[in-house]
Amino acid sequence: MWFIKLIGKLKFTGFVCFFIFVIFFFGPLLNLLLLAFSGEWQYPDRLPSEWSLTWWTFVLQNDAIISSIWLSFLIATIVTLISLLICIPAAYAFARIQFPLRRFFLFSFLLTNAFPKMGLYVSIAVLFYQLNLMNTFVGIVLIHLINTLMYMTWIPSAAFENVHRSQEESARDVGASPLKVFWHITLPMAKPGIIVASVFTFLSSLNEAEGTFLVGIPDYRTMPVIMYSIIADYPSTAGSVFSVILTLPTILLLVAARKFVGAESFANGFKLK
Amino acid sequence: MSIQLSVEGLSKIYQTGEGVRDISIEVAKGELVTLLGPSGCGKTTVLRSVGGFVDPSEGIIRIGDRDVTNVVPEKRPSAMVFQSYNLWPHMTVYDNLAFSLKLKKKKKSFITERVDWALNLVHLTGSEKKYPSELSGGQQQRIALARALLLEPEVLLLDEPFSALDAKLRHELREELREIQAEQNLTMLFVTHDQEEALSISDRIVVMNRGKIEQVAQPYEIYHKPASLFVAQFIGRMNFIKGYAQPDGIRIDQLIFPNERGLIGEVAVGIRPEDVKLSEGKPSIEAKVAKIMMLGHYVEVTLHTIFGQLKMFIDKNEINTVELGRIVHVTLTRIQSFQDSNENYLERNEAYATI
Ligand SMILES: Nc1ncnc2c1ncn2[C@@H]1O[C@H](COP(=O)(O)OP(=O)(O)OP(=O)(O)O)[C@@H](O)[C@H]1O
Ligand SMILES: [Mg+2]
Repeated sequence: MWFIKLIGKLKFTGFVCFFIFVIFFFGPLLNLLLLAFSGEWQYPDRLPSEWSLTWWTFVLQNDAIISSIWLSFLIATIVTLISLLICIPAAYAFARIQFPLRRFFLFSFLLTNAFPKMGLYVSIAVLFYQLNLMNTFVGIVLIHLINTLMYMTWIPSAAFENVHRSQEESARDVGASPLKVFWHITLPMAKPGIIVASVFTFLSSLNEAEGTFLVGIPDYRTMPVIMYSIIADYPSTAGSVFSVILTLPTILLLVAARKFVGAESFANGFKLK
Repeated sequence: MSIQLSVEGLSKIYQTGEGVRDISIEVAKGELVTLLGPSGCGKTTVLRSVGGFVDPSEGIIRIGDRDVTNVVPEKRPSAMVFQSYNLWPHMTVYDNLAFSLKLKKKKKSFITERVDWALNLVHLTGSEKKYPSELSGGQQQRIALARALLLEPEVLLLDEPFSALDAKLRHELREELREIQAEQNLTMLFVTHDQEEALSISDRIVVMNRGKIEQVAQPYEIYHKPASLFVAQFIGRMNFIKGYAQPDGIRIDQLIFPNERGLIGEVAVGIRPEDVKLSEGKPSIEAKVAKIMMLGHYVEVTLHTIFGQLKMFIDKNEINTVELGRIVHVTLTRIQSFQDSNENYLERNEAYATI
């Protein structure tokens, strides 16, 4: 009997945890959504007393904002493509070649995320001044790449490691050249991991603000950069409208990716060795 | 018979200093030769050298009349089945099997026909649409075998293909493999560390130890005439006791055996349990019955003698002739003595009791 009780207890705790998670995760989102469509909302009312789309029209008719959305997506796409080109070969090398510095290299990717970002960006900015990369498109892409290299190397590398050597060798054995083996066997088997990494890369680039602000101002203003000024200059409703727009692609992409690769592979992408 | 695979003076030394040295093997067309030896003795290294996955440090490998020593795996007329992880999980069974034919740009109707043929051969007709994860371990290995057969290899290489399976399945697949091999007249090099498996399916066995060949012979000969102490220890059950070799014979307690090879001094004497016989006759060894185990059609009796433990096999009908704790007399009908020369015990003397 005691174990039934235990399972019941575990289930209950699980449920409570899930509930807390839902509140913490969806609560602010819901609040944001309500705020975005509200005209007037005063404390202590539970719901807005008046609904309106004023700030939606404001945001969607503002040229600077619209162009920032395009710019953000353009940058995110380019950054994702470039990271794929750079990191897939690197990830494969990390997974297959047992060179001694392997752990150190993987760790160094983590390190870039361990330091305070602003410090890193400022020192990079100094370098960019000398190279005339400040206020350029290339400069922004470069600064985004610093963040994305980690996902793009580490996650696919774990995926490549799950492809066994004998699976590649079998393919050689039946007559495939090394290139064909990579194309027909290794890459498709690592595909879920690569998709997961690409989604993360795309989103991280889409949401990057600090570095973009530092390097891109004044000519290149992406969504998150614009958002700072909107939050500073307009009522909170404008900010929440913009947040919804900013959050939307994240949710859409995650849902799409989940359909594509399945939750299991999502978790596997994190099975780091 | 024509030689289909020949390995000449093959050496492969890894950076660690381990590897194989001076391996020479010839396999005739339609022959099944097994590489047998303990873990780490270099069986896989030899097999992978033949398949093209290991670059030999020295030596020549020929398949048919062709020197393939420097040919890449995809161009070698060999096919390999690995211990596990043979199949590609993102492809169906059909695609796994068809992959090689698609690479060769064969017609679709031809491919379907061949895949059918291969699946029929391994008794898995109708599983084309399944994914490898939907197959049992044994079925996966069968598909791997089918894929190898589709290559119509001049030499089929198998590296412990059944070792991850349970005993019953292993027996079944072993028999099936032997049938297919005979039917298709396949030339095969088979790796195993299971001596029973090797003895049961091989035309010839290559026994390896520490990167070297100890003996190459037919199963019967490997069992009855082991060329070295290692082979004697590794293959089948064997009692080992100490004996003393003198010019006039090899002495074990009261028993004296002919010493035709002229061994000298202390020797290791190996006796198969079936060569230990109960005897009332005079020169015999006194022994106490310590354990009696019924093992199906025969009985294993453990005896204590003054030179240690001795196992004896007797027929199940004779079980009443031994009794726990009683003193019996036994004699040895056949012994093999090994003299320690360079620690290898390669000097061998075979002797039969002259009763
Ligand atoms: N790639 C390698 N690098 C270094 N040493 C290796 C390598 N492959 C094998 N060895 C060493 O060479 C020796 C022979 O290995 P091999 O795999 O051929 O043995 P095996 O007989 O197949 O053993 P098992 O029955 O365990 O599969 C071992 O001592 C092993 O440690
Ligand atoms: Mg091996």
